[in-house]
Amino acid sequence: MKTTPPLVNGGRLPLASIPLLPFPEFASSLIDLMRHSATLIAYFADQGEAGGTPELFAVLTTPEPGIFTVLRGRLEPGCASLTPRVPQLHLFEREIAEQFGLAPTGHPWLKPVRFHQVWHGAADAWGRDPGRRPQPGVMDFFRVEGEEIHEVGVGPVHAGIIEPGHFRFQCFGEKVLHLEISLGYQHRGIERLLAGGPWPQTPTQIEAMAGDTTSGHMTAYSLVLEGLTGTVAPPRAQALRAIALELERLANHVGGLGALAGDIGFLPTASYCGRLRGDYLNMTAAICGSRFGRGLVRPGGVLFDVEPTRQERLLQTLANIVPNTRGALDLFFEEPSVLGRLEGVGRVMTDDAIDLGLVGIAARACGLDCDTRRVYPLAPYNKENVPEITETNGDVFCRAKIRQREIEHAIAFVRETLENLPAGPIATPLNALPADTLALGLVEGWRGRLAHVALTDGQGHFRRYKVIDPSFFNWSGLAMALRDEQISDFPLCNKSFDLSYCGFDL
Amino acid sequence: MLRILYERFQQGYRTSPFPKEEPTLPDRFRGLPRLHPDRCAAGCHDCADRCPFGAIRLENGKVTLDLGRCLFCADCHACPHGALEFSTDYRLAARRREELTIAADRGPMLAAPLDAPLRKLFGRSFKLRQVSAGGCNACEADVNVLGTLIFDLGRFGIQFVASPRHADGLLVTGPVTENMREALLATYAAVPEPKVVIATGACAINGGPFINAPEVHNGVGALLPVDLFIPGCPPHPYTILDGLLRLLGRREGTR
Repeated sequence: MKTTPPLVNGGRLPLASIPLLPFPEFASSLIDLMRHSATLIAYFADQGEAGGTPELFAVLTTPEPGIFTVLRGRLEPGCASLTPRVPQLHLFEREIAEQFGLAPTGHPWLKPVRFHQVWHGAADAWGRDPGRRPQPGVMDFFRVEGEEIHEVGVGPVHAGIIEPGHFRFQCFGEKVLHLEISLGYQHRGIERLLAGGPWPQTPTQIEAMAGDTTSGHMTAYSLVLEGLTGTVAPPRAQALRAIALELERLANHVGGLGALAGDIGFLPTASYCGRLRGDYLNMTAAICGSRFGRGLVRPGGVLFDVEPTRQERLLQTLANIVPNTRGALDLFFEEPSVLGRLEGVGRVMTDDAIDLGLVGIAARACGLDCDTRRVYPLAPYNKENVPEITETNGDVFCRAKIRQREIEHAIAFVRETLENLPAGPIATPLNALPADTLALGLVEGWRGRLAHVALTDGQGHFRRYKVIDPSFFNWSGLAMALRDEQISDFPLCNKSFDLSYCGFDL
Repeated sequence: MLRILYERFQQGYRTSPFPKEEPTLPDRFRGLPRLHPDRCAAGCHDCADRCPFGAIRLENGKVTLDLGRCLFCADCHACPHGALEFSTDYRLAARRREELTIAADRGPMLAAPLDAPLRKLFGRSFKLRQVSAGGCNACEADVNVLGTLIFDLGRFGIQFVASPRHADGLLVTGPVTENMREALLATYAAVPEPKVVIATGACAINGGPFINAPEVHNGVGALLPVDLFIPGCPPHPYTILDGLLRLLGRREGTR
């Protein structure tokens, strides 16, 4: 097998150094790596040369810690689906079929993902008119037949202040036999908007990929641009980015546990956490003016410094809200009626989590140590300052418990980092982007691993920019978790995964 | 039980005194932009050229800024001469699209209340259905936060409801993706008359960061009549609350 030079998180590879394999060779290399416990980071196609065959790219881990490899193959019409051998490819192959109009043969579940027209005017993979927009949610849903089977359809507009999605349950009485989730309603076409970029509006679009993960996605994008140009953000900027990421984690975890408490009717924690979430958002706003971290992180560093008086104020705010945070969460986790409601509900088996490639909270709740900050660390994170936080049972309780433990860690981490901010500049200028290069940026967002991969063209513009939000893997986990559960537990299970619709839809 | 009461005591009373008292916003908060034409270099039109969202225009040599298109960017490149600054004024909502365009001598109007008959209907009990039509969950989150005990939306008689049939109007976020167009129109149709539409955030007003993208409709105004525009990316919760209260005639006064 021709080998590719090693790639690290935040690093780059010349495209010419990645051999373009015929599909069978690409497929056998991929299957071989996956059989040896590789983690699939990204899988996407690119149009390549005008009029040429589209190319497939797969980014995978290697047995060597922190080193990635890239496989590149020709995507020829009639290629066999790899999903039967590598189940976590199921959505990636559907996505590529939808974008490029090339349906892999033998895919067990080939359906549209985001309901958009095929790119580059090719024929549609489902034989729909490529000149007309497909209707969202129109596809063959899996149906269970039987005298006492009934179907429940929910959404796209569903109760609450929440993004749209369609959920279809096959039920036997109250029991859910199968849940199928059909998204795409939030599709803004971001990946295509990024092609030819970076454009002046690109940073704001990256920040709005998933607004609750503004700092996460922006940090991943910054790593990609820094990787492409061979730049390293100054240590002070790295520390401030980590503070932004941990505050984002705190706000979302505290808010998420509050919402979980609300879903089971435990109102004290629900109302305290709703307020505390805002306190963490306000800490981010104290740094950059925006509660969601808009404009804080930029390629090369950060836009806002934390001067000594601000540092003092932030530490004081943190000291004030930490006892309230612990109080609200202890109340929740020490209440037997709460535990009774969370334990054993919405289980995902570890084998399924591995097969589906689950990431983040959902994977760690199944015992998988997959924290990007630990396994592919970039300063200021390392294996010592980010402990393994895993649980084993894979249920709603474990997902909640992971979040509580991560809150504890993030509080300590923010305090420590704020107290020891490295001196120096907060940004470093970037050179022009190099031509024909691939770069990878991985960040542990609060939901899980955010993966950004950029390919540049001959002029140093984005020829393809691929984004994989953790929700892309984890919605399948939610569908699995609902099997054989009560349909009335759907809100609870859904909230325990706390996934993004727009991050999936892009 | 005692534990819960003890914790209740520890957490204290947190509801903000708004609107009796003005909120304290962070010093770096980017609110209402201020224009200083005296700092403009002669013949300079950098601002109109540089804003990627077309928020700034030069009309007869006079600079105007459209709050509906402005994303309040931290790295606003529009003016290298300091003629554009952000203040911490959070009151940005307006009743009509054109009222969002400001100039040095023309600040934005504060949103006028609904007409008397609608105020009589909605003034003390106003139910809204929220629809996210391509929103990134930042606007949604800062609408959601109005229900927490800090803002306590319920004390103003405003509530978000699950069914459009129980609602007096829609609060829309997001640029309206093509994939959400039909669902948005169906939800609007399900709201009984008379009804109002509130466009929250730059996306819902004019497409925001996704302006002119092929998959979006540049905001809800292209599809439905809008009664209140709340600028920001995302708007601060106090910007949203201020707009809602002004719409209901529960907050008055001029700039």
